Amino acid sequence: MSSYALKLTGINKAFGPVQANKDVYLAVAKGEIHGVIGENGAGKSTLMSILYGFYEADSGSIEVGGDAVRIRNSDDAIALGIGMVHQHFMLIDSFTVLENVMLGAESGPMLASSEVKAEAELLRLEQEYGLHVDLNAEVGGLPVGQQQRIEILKALYRGAEILILDEPTGVLTPQETDKLFEILQALKSQGVTILLITHKLREIMAVTDGVSVMRGGEMVAHRRTADTSTEELAELMVGRKVRLDVDKAAPHVGETLIQVDHLMVTDHRGVDRVKDVSFTVNAGEIVGVAGVSGNGQSELLQVLAGIDAPSKGRVVLVGVTATPESPGDPAQRRRHGVAHVPEDRHRLGLVGKFAAQETAILGYQATDAVNKGMFLDLDAVREQTEMMMAEFDVRPPDPSLKSANFSGGNQQKLILAREMTKAPKVLLVGQPTRGVDIGAIEFIHKQLVSMREAGCAVLLVSVELDEILTLSDRILVMCAGELVGEVPIEEADERTIGLMMTGVPREEAANAAAPAPASQEGEARV
Amino acid sequence: MEDLFVLVLRTFDAMLRVATPLIFCAMAGLFSERSGIVDIGLEGKMLAGAFAAGAIAAVTGNAWAALLVAVMVSMSLALVHGFASITHRGDQVISGVAINLSVAGLTVVLGNAWFRQGGQTPTLGAEARFMPITLPGVETIGAIPIFGTIYAESISGHSLLVYLALAAVPLTAWVVYKTRFGLRLRAVGENPAAVDTAGISVTWLRYRAVMICGALCGFAGTFLAIGQNASFVRDMSAGQGYIALAALIFGKWRPWTAFGACLIFGLLDAVAIRLQGVELPFIGEVPVQLIQALPYILTVVLLAGFIGRAVAPKAIGVPYVKER
Repeated sequence: MSSYALKLTGINKAFGPVQANKDVYLAVAKGEIHGVIGENGAGKSTLMSILYGFYEADSGSIEVGGDAVRIRNSDDAIALGIGMVHQHFMLIDSFTVLENVMLGAESGPMLASSEVKAEAELLRLEQEYGLHVDLNAEVGGLPVGQQQRIEILKALYRGAEILILDEPTGVLTPQETDKLFEILQALKSQGVTILLITHKLREIMAVTDGVSVMRGGEMVAHRRTADTSTEELAELMVGRKVRLDVDKAAPHVGETLIQVDHLMVTDHRGVDRVKDVSFTVNAGEIVGVAGVSGNGQSELLQVLAGIDAPSKGRVVLVGVTATPESPGDPAQRRRHGVAHVPEDRHRLGLVGKFAAQETAILGYQATDAVNKGMFLDLDAVREQTEMMMAEFDVRPPDPSLKSANFSGGNQQKLILAREMTKAPKVLLVGQPTRGVDIGAIEFIHKQLVSMREAGCAVLLVSVELDEILTLSDRILVMCAGELVGEVPIEEADERTIGLMMTGVPREEAANAAAPAPASQEGEARV
Repeated sequence: MEDLFVLVLRTFDAMLRVATPLIFCAMAGLFSERSGIVDIGLEGKMLAGAFAAGAIAAVTGNAWAALLVAVMVSMSLALVHGFASITHRGDQVISGVAINLSVAGLTVVLGNAWFRQGGQTPTLGAEARFMPITLPGVETIGAIPIFGTIYAESISGHSLLVYLALAAVPLTAWVVYKTRFGLRLRAVGENPAAVDTAGISVTWLRYRAVMICGALCGFAGTFLAIGQNASFVRDMSAGQGYIALAALIFGKWRPWTAFGACLIFGLLDAVAIRLQGVELPFIGEVPVQLIQALPYILTVVLLAGFIGRAVAPKAIGVPYVKER
């Protein structure tokens, strides 16, 4: 009888020429919370997919509770007491909570009897672990934090003793994250073993007992959390020293370049997405817009970029005024020196099937720099793309490679290069580091700060609160389409902003957050 | 007044008959589409079923054997659709259209080769068909005013298959909403990845759905060839498979509302038949062509304007590929 809940030895898995897992070893003791960290593409997800039976390893052995096992599909994994909370929730939006939990674990061919049994069992589980969810609510209408609890309940209902959570905090507010960690601690105290897959070092430090680091498909280190630090883990993940904070001088604030007056945005369903928002952004500063995803930031950004029209109010960018009557368009904005790095790069930032050099001129394809008469000057396009790639360290530096074949970080660097090299006066940036590796994050953050130093007005929309806190000079907090408040960076802390993101006014939030530990200052933010 | 009442009842009676293949096909489509497989091939499967029923009834003289073979033929076409769209993740609309086109051609070719009657199957006697059956107690209940007349004129006197179609609706509703299979069926059409991670085979679940779909189309075809008519005639499905699909969408992929839509389309058809050659006040005699086109025109109008946005199963038409 081994004291390990789970032990993987010599796991290999290749997808064609790509070796996703190389001789991976991982041992997790019973009842511990164990973190697995690594950059995108480090092989974490492949490893977890092997554990949950999505793939079978090419070679290697898996032991669960000391017995050698073979996991061929999710069914096998569930039978062995392995439960998984996926990054993208595996829920049916139109089903109730109860139906979602029952799906695949019904007690008989008729639903009525299954429902009675499941309801009783779920109420017991909710009690035991403090996981409260209304069982008869339709899942699609619940906040993500609740949806995640349903995923955990699903796993527990199936008798999970080993729970795998894949990037569980990506979609949560800081408060929801705290609540999740409480739940994880409660599960741990009941003897559940937890594997936490994440790239957020702070979470590893906050909640795990042990941590394993992956890089390039290999397991590069195992540490007890108490014996390591975020700096060491970051270095192990990236393979070199990483600066997690950003040096910036005090801002040299210039004239007002973005002015938003009583902006209202109503979508095609008649829902008010942005409600009476007013603010300004000046040359030489970065203003961060914090908020849980879907609270009007995207719409705000799209109106500023000229993609959508305001419903009421107006925005003035570098002297161009957009009103409901004359909203302008993205081309007009670009002509006036407004650059836009969209939130969803796959939908708005690039065309996956285009070569990198075509992506590199999107939006600027009609400028003289890349045209000769009525034809594109392809030599110039290629040359400029090569320069952008060199300057922004895009890998591989091949202008004819399809855009979709670059990693997320390199796609993002190419888009940033496209927008930044035009020396814009205003830079609108949405989620600059979504799905981007830690090494590339460091680079992107530096570039954004350099734009600010160059006197550009930068509006940064991000759901990563750490990013907002690292880069911004002022922080605007949005909730349900409204501007909850503005906080200068000197007075900003995570708890206050987090509370404000849920709609609590600044004064109240600051009071409620007061007992926060003072150690937050100076802590590395990743 | 008495005459008008009887006229209404006769129209109702015709409506049930005309709606029967629509109901079978709409329920068939419901199983397939709720599982996430678009089925534009209802038409072809029904036509193949009709041909099989007509041919087997002509050869064996046994209506039940005809039904059995029709169901088998239609199910095998459903499996072809499944093989193309589930196993090989092909385009579901193209696969369905291919089935429709090949069945339209094959039935005529085979019919000509086997029976030499211009693609038609031989006309059948009553013993080889599903003839109208008189429900028990028509004599006594029929004597009761109003209710008795309704019972005798509209409800009694249909082919067994009409009653089976009516039974198929509550049965479908029960399977879809009250059973484990139904829960999984609805789930796989919304988010197959969730079903997969719950340890259920998406492939097998979808195959079962298309097989049920095929079986029900076989019933529809059987009714066309040896219930409503006395032989198979080329292209006898005449677009009813598409109308059934429209009814399914009109009914928002729910059994009872889809049933209601089938009845509306059936009623339009029945009224169209009644109106032929009738002088209407103010309008005069309506041209036959216009009346025959009426159900189709209304279909377009209803679908375009009156149902609002029909919310389809989320994963419909998208082949399931495991992530990464």
